Amino acid sequence: MDKIFFKTAAELSDLLDKGEISSVELTKSVINRTKSVDDTIGAFLAYDEKKTLAEAEASDKRRREGNKLSDLDGIPVGIKDLIAEKGQQLTCGSKILENFVSPYDATVIERLKDAGCVLWGRLNMDEFAMGSSNENSAYKPVYNPWNIQCVPGGSSGGSAAAVAAGETILALGSDTGGSIRQPSSFCGICGLKPSYGAVSRYGLVAFASSLDQIGPMGRSVKDLALLLQVIAGADAKDSSSFPIDKVNYVAELDKRGTRKNIGVPVEYFQDGLDPEVKQAVQDAIKFYRENGHNIVEMSLPMNKYAMAVYYIIATAEASSNLARFDGVRYGRRSPNATNAIDMYFKSREEGFGEEVKRRIMLGTYVLSSENFDSYYRRAQKVRTLIRNDFMRVFESVDAIITPVSPTVAFERGKKNFDPLEMYLCDIYTISVNLAGICGISVPCGFSSKKLPIGMQILGKPFRENEILSLAHEFEQAHDYSSQHPDI
Amino acid sequence: MKDKHINIERLMTLARIALTEDEKHIIADSLDSILGYFQELSEVNVDGVEESAHAHPLYNVLREDEPGKMFTPEEALMNAPEKRDNQVVVPKIVE
Repeated sequence: MDKIFFKTAAELSDLLDKGEISSVELTKSVINRTKSVDDTIGAFLAYDEKKTLAEAEASDKRRREGNKLSDLDGIPVGIKDLIAEKGQQLTCGSKILENFVSPYDATVIERLKDAGCVLWGRLNMDEFAMGSSNENSAYKPVYNPWNIQCVPGGSSGGSAAAVAAGETILALGSDTGGSIRQPSSFCGICGLKPSYGAVSRYGLVAFASSLDQIGPMGRSVKDLALLLQVIAGADAKDSSSFPIDKVNYVAELDKRGTRKNIGVPVEYFQDGLDPEVKQAVQDAIKFYRENGHNIVEMSLPMNKYAMAVYYIIATAEASSNLARFDGVRYGRRSPNATNAIDMYFKSREEGFGEEVKRRIMLGTYVLSSENFDSYYRRAQKVRTLIRNDFMRVFESVDAIITPVSPTVAFERGKKNFDPLEMYLCDIYTISVNLAGICGISVPCGFSSKKLPIGMQILGKPFRENEILSLAHEFEQAHDYSSQHPDI
Repeated sequence: MKDKHINIERLMTLARIALTEDEKHIIADSLDSILGYFQELSEVNVDGVEESAHAHPLYNVLREDEPGKMFTPEEALMNAPEKRDNQVVVPKIVE
């Protein structure tokens, strides 16, 4: 079978059911693909071929015996290297965790194992998920499979590039301010940031605890629904996970017949938006209009403050969360320290990269006693206003369509000299995390230089089914998701 | 709201991170411009607005106190930089 590594999980699940391929064949195809292209792409930080093939063999045995665990039984899933898988490395793209081995499984990993998924590799990322281009990985950059002069986006750039290049079928990423959606858009794949609390964070190394969510990445909307089905749902080990009713995301995909009210926020289509991206997203909006949905122009006036609020709250939480990396119980301990306090200073100096240090310093600044009220407390209040904006709009619309990023993938080395310019890459995605709502990135076109363009569909909290269904409707009528890079 | 120049030495002490001379300049300069960008928040009227620490209202989440599998000492210490007799070894902290 030709290029089975480019098929969707849904197609492969069908082929596995019919016995036309085995999980071992599929997994070998993905492994061989990785070996042939990853020197160029850099999506993987590590993989354990033997372990992965053993999982594929176990899956084939289950299917032979008629004991399939789920529709994803036997399908390879790559894991961003900040989600704990027992016995595997967990570097978070950082030197401070260079030799760390997970002593336990994250809840999402347990669920993937219970569903029979084949866990394939540890995917590259910006250090501690801080970045929008994957140039902040302490190990190596990731290159965009559509054009290796360009970045794949970040921070889940390894996950997005691996899916786009056929090095895995599905992947897990994490999204604190756009880290699933923006790289999905840059690499021409689909990615979903679930509502805050929809997926357990137990075993996810924390960046900003009130914003982080794990989510699915894949080559079709249906693949996202299949993977979300496995990982979503409350977890006693994560007190911020939300007790939601079980939804059949796959069955809901084809639910049609209801005319949706779709909001288009004027603020997202103004200055700074690349004309080609604007055109592609407007064409997508036109598609929905022509297919009977009601398009409503609306306003999210507080969105202009989202970036400032985000970088105050996210860095404050990060400075607190990353305080645990002190060289005492795990992680790098500096061999150059003269006493216990010096050990903290030097271990952190040697272990963290520049962007992580910058954000810890910024978070420390906004939380320091003299600045707490004017920065942190004020940002938390404006966060309330940003969420209120969305909740007000969601009283009259079912979903909102925007671009994912102001531009297509940009060239390497173009923005990493100016942190502020890099932060602006996430201008359309960060307010979603602040409000705790869900958002999906789905391919909606290509630029004149053949770089993928993504649109973002936002939904009410815990209504992932609605945005998946809308994205699926678009995808069924277009072929953007089914195109692959020439690598 | 904004210091003209942030006191990087003080932040280093608070954050327990040493920086090289180069890093001090680079990070201090970028913090100055980022904090400048944050100024726009001062124009928002936040009178009477409650703070959000969290996206959804969830309070006092408790689970049943049921015995479960815990780490063995070996598992708990498997990533410790230095260990002895099931304990983490650290530099002397009391003179």
